[in-house]
Amino acid sequence: MNALELRDLSKNFGGLRAIHGVSLEIEAGERRAIIGPNGAGKTTLFHLISGFLFPSSGHISLFGRDVTKLQAHQRAASGMARTFQVTNLFQKLTLFENILLGVQAIQTARFCFYRPVKSFREMLRETDRLLKEWNLWEKRNVQLKNLSYGEQRKIEVILALATKPRLLLLDEPTAGLSPAETALVTSIIKGLPREITTLLIEHDMDVAFDIAERITVLHFGSILADGSLEQIKGNRKVSEVYLG
Amino acid sequence: MPSLFAVLILLLPFLFSNYYVGLATQIFIMAIFATSLDILVGHTGLPSMGHAAYFGVAAYATGFLYLAGVKNFWCVIFLGMGLGGLAAAFFGLLAIRARGPYFMLITLALSQVLWGVAFKWRSITKGDDGLPGIGRPEIGMGLNVKPDLSFYYFAFAILLIVFIAIFILVNSPFGYALRGIRESESRMKALGYHVWLYKYLSFIFAGIFAGASGVLWVYYSGFVNPSNLGVDLSVKALLMLILGGSGSLFGPAMGAAIIVLLENIVSGLTERWSLVLGIVYVVAIMVFSEGIFSIVKRGRD
Repeated sequence: MNALELRDLSKNFGGLRAIHGVSLEIEAGERRAIIGPNGAGKTTLFHLISGFLFPSSGHISLFGRDVTKLQAHQRAASGMARTFQVTNLFQKLTLFENILLGVQAIQTARFCFYRPVKSFREMLRETDRLLKEWNLWEKRNVQLKNLSYGEQRKIEVILALATKPRLLLLDEPTAGLSPAETALVTSIIKGLPREITTLLIEHDMDVAFDIAERITVLHFGSILADGSLEQIKGNRKVSEVYLG
Repeated sequence: MPSLFAVLILLLPFLFSNYYVGLATQIFIMAIFATSLDILVGHTGLPSMGHAAYFGVAAYATGFLYLAGVKNFWCVIFLGMGLGGLAAAFFGLLAIRARGPYFMLITLALSQVLWGVAFKWRSITKGDDGLPGIGRPEIGMGLNVKPDLSFYYFAFAILLIVFIAIFILVNSPFGYALRGIRESESRMKALGYHVWLYKYLSFIFAGIFAGASGVLWVYYSGFVNPSNLGVDLSVKALLMLILGGSGSLFGPAMGAAIIVLLENIVSGLTERWSLVLGIVYVVAIMVFSEGIFSIVKRGRD
């Protein structure tokens, strides 16, 4: 089954065609990267997939189910999680509370208003487990804004994982990181279980080629090329527009 | 610290005159009102400028019911809180879609509509003459809250009940989600939270608790008039949060105490008390952007 299927997807902003006729199939378990020069429409495509924008035409299906008309939170509830290019976390809450909000998001208790969080043992245990798994236990009571940028980029990914997604969308997860931090975040992503289908937008070609098995090249809102790493490396059109 | 406060509140009537017992009663009621607004401002991050609407709806309901002969407190507070919540449920539909300054303007405009109705519809509301002659309620259980002193203790008991309810609310999974929305709506959406619904429900909760304060206020002051719905009261509640600091139970209560005391003491000295309040407001924003009591907290850390 395809984890994600885009059929003839287009998005116009007034006269600007940001995404034009994009069709894409991503198999369950695949790791795919979307690359492309600045302004190619990568982030717009991500917003369309995650429901932050709605397409002007075309269809999106998630694990065989048409989600074109579903809102962002409904898509998230059907197994999709995303990160943000510009770090988007709960800055004034503690690290523990940040992760807890991710864990809580998929529980029916998320609407419960008459029982303290402290009494939901399983949610607390799961949050503790994630914090320990990712070596963040010591920092659990630190306000998020007091953590380093590198740590915050790592938490971007972990918060998305807390909702146990089947499809993970990563929007430039290594943006602004030092080489050492980039290596760390890359290894986290490469170490994810294969059940999580991963779609990655990446500006850094090395990271994209390191993580993904297949690459889709976006150029002026359309797909320019699509294939294995070797095919993309050997593609003349790609070198022209992107590799220079 | 809290036990010290409890002792002080229990002993206050024996140490101070009746005038101060009255002021303290006002503080209790305004503390409920400010804390109800803080659900929106401090937790969800929605700066409502029309919170008096829910206070006033409950206040008018209390007045009408008393004059119609309904004097049972539990009946009236149930209805008052229900009406506060209902008004919020209706206004919330219109206001929640807007953000930031637009949200402030819409909530302000909606509350002014109610104020206008209360002011102009003289045959029902008696306009700005208001509804005088409202007495204290009956609470059953063999207790009498008609004297000022017993009403003081009664108002404090209701304040405690409301505080416990709001404490549970803001520490529940629902309350955590509200603070997540305050920090980042888009991240909450991406995690799968129905952001609109959370905001809407928090708006209704705030309306319900504001209703409780409106009911108590009328029983305390003995009359209802359009100022119970007005922008003055809404802004005063925001000031309480700014002065006391939002996001806790203690902060809004302290803000309520400061405003009520200032209002009563300064208005005894000069008619231009709102000018004094304006200066206090500007200084508070400039110097204590996280509330006066953030200094106490900083000192403790």
